[in-house]
Amino acid sequence: MSLLTGNVGRKVLMAVSGLFMVTFVVAHLLGNSTIFVGPDWINAYAEHLKELDLLVWPFRIFMFAMLSIHVFFGITLTLENWGANPDKYAVSRRPRSTFAGRTMIWTGLLLLAFLVFHLLQFTFKITPEVVKVVDAQGRFDVYTMMVAGLRNKMVAAFYVLSMVALFLHTFHGIQSIFQSIGLNNDRTMPKFIMIGKISAVVFLVVFSAIPILILTWVLS
Amino acid sequence: MSEHTAHGTMTLKLIVWRQKGPTEPGRFETYLARNITEHHSFLEMLDVVNEDLINDGKEPIVFDHDCREGICGTCSQVINGLAHGGQTRTTVCQLHMRTFKDGDTIYIEPWRAKAFPILKDLMVDRNALERIIQAGAYTSVNTGAAPDGNSILISKEDADYSMDAAECIGCGACVAACPNGAAMLFTGAKVSQFAALPQGQVEARERVFSMIEVMQKCGFGNCANHYDCQAVCPKDIDVKFIARLNREYLKALVM
Ligand code: HEM
Ligand code: FES
Repeated sequence: MSLLTGNVGRKVLMAVSGLFMVTFVVAHLLGNSTIFVGPDWINAYAEHLKELDLLVWPFRIFMFAMLSIHVFFGITLTLENWGANPDKYAVSRRPRSTFAGRTMIWTGLLLLAFLVFHLLQFTFKITPEVVKVVDAQGRFDVYTMMVAGLRNKMVAAFYVLSMVALFLHTFHGIQSIFQSIGLNNDRTMPKFIMIGKISAVVFLVVFSAIPILILTWVLS
Repeated sequence: MSEHTAHGTMTLKLIVWRQKGPTEPGRFETYLARNITEHHSFLEMLDVVNEDLINDGKEPIVFDHDCREGICGTCSQVINGLAHGGQTRTTVCQLHMRTFKDGDTIYIEPWRAKAFPILKDLMVDRNALERIIQAGAYTSVNTGAAPDGNSILISKEDADYSMDAAECIGCGACVAACPNGAAMLFTGAKVSQFAALPQGQVEARERVFSMIEVMQKCGFGNCANHYDCQAVCPKDIDVKFIARLNREYLKALVM
């Protein structure tokens, strides 16, 4: 039973790629949190990241591979699952599954759209409103770029909506990783579910705070 | 008898899936279940309704059943949206009418999954589960003299774990309840029951590979870790056995 075609193998690949992406999200969250301390901090943080120069592209290629695996199998597995359950019940009750779990494909696709926009905006800096200036120390002014970008109500709303999607996706997804790679049993299950829920809430609160604080002029 | 309602009994409205054959279109029909006592099991209630239907010259409702004591796993109905009716650790045959009230409306549907084609009314073809069993849920032993009782020692924990998995009666409720029509709880239980025992080690690798392969070929979906299966399982088979299946698969890959 191959990893690439099998029922269980493809879920393992989804889980492993998902785990790498969640790890990235955690790192990204810690980095972004410097914005709450002040412009100097996030600019300094961005400058430090730049010093990792040689590692940047291999890292990006790796993350792109993870995303591609995850999206490809996410879509194909979902289509298969729909095919395996074509006739719906007239009355259907779901005793244990969650809204978050049953909407993985939709929150996933929204996250994909978000990723494309987010990378164009703040990584490749080619969306129309991007402000590219340097700060007093001559560093690239990430802070000003973020504040200018997220002052737009539509953009900020899209960011918050996407973070709701990330919340739902990880709410189900994080505990799911441990089950899919076989690291779970009846004693660990409640713990993994709890870890997943807490992480999802932290992602939602911290990431959404950035556009919300910018829109309300707390960060300016 | 059907027109009369005996004192102290219940009358219920049943909305039942009727389908003449595998390729015929199905539809819901409404029936009144009269003279039902709280002591009737759900299947006995259907027997009463079927007698009325026969007396009226109509086709009785076809449903699977055999032991009527919760061990054979043939009774297979989704009742008001839940496989086996939603009472914990209960098969349809063990569900009693005391869990319903006079005047209740009850929806009764067959298991629905691509791998379980409907044969007639509430009866589905669950042979796909047999094919998964045939693919590897056995151990090969030489016939001959009976082996010594305690020649292979097994710890209490392992024996209990294996027995917990072996409690599965193969009713298919896990598939019926799964949003993806997956058979992972069933297959997980069958794989785990051998994985925990020394006798299961010899064929461990081929077992997990071929059972997963056949499961996929039969048209079951993929597990997305929703866990609705455990909630409806009449034997409360734990989803830890799905994790065990995944673990056994990964072990087999590197073996
Ligand atoms: C920030 C980006 C993302 C992260 C952190 C992430 C994380 C995860 C995690 C941890 C899982 C659980 C894996 C498992 O069941 O073992 C998962 C499942 C899933 N993801 Fe994502 N994901 C992301 C983006 C996407 C995208 C862009 C899609 C678009 C197709 C997607 C679709 C899915 C689907 C459909 C599942 C459920 C698969 C299943 O259970 O069968 N995800 N994701
Ligand atoms: S008829 Fe045997 S389990 Fe219900």
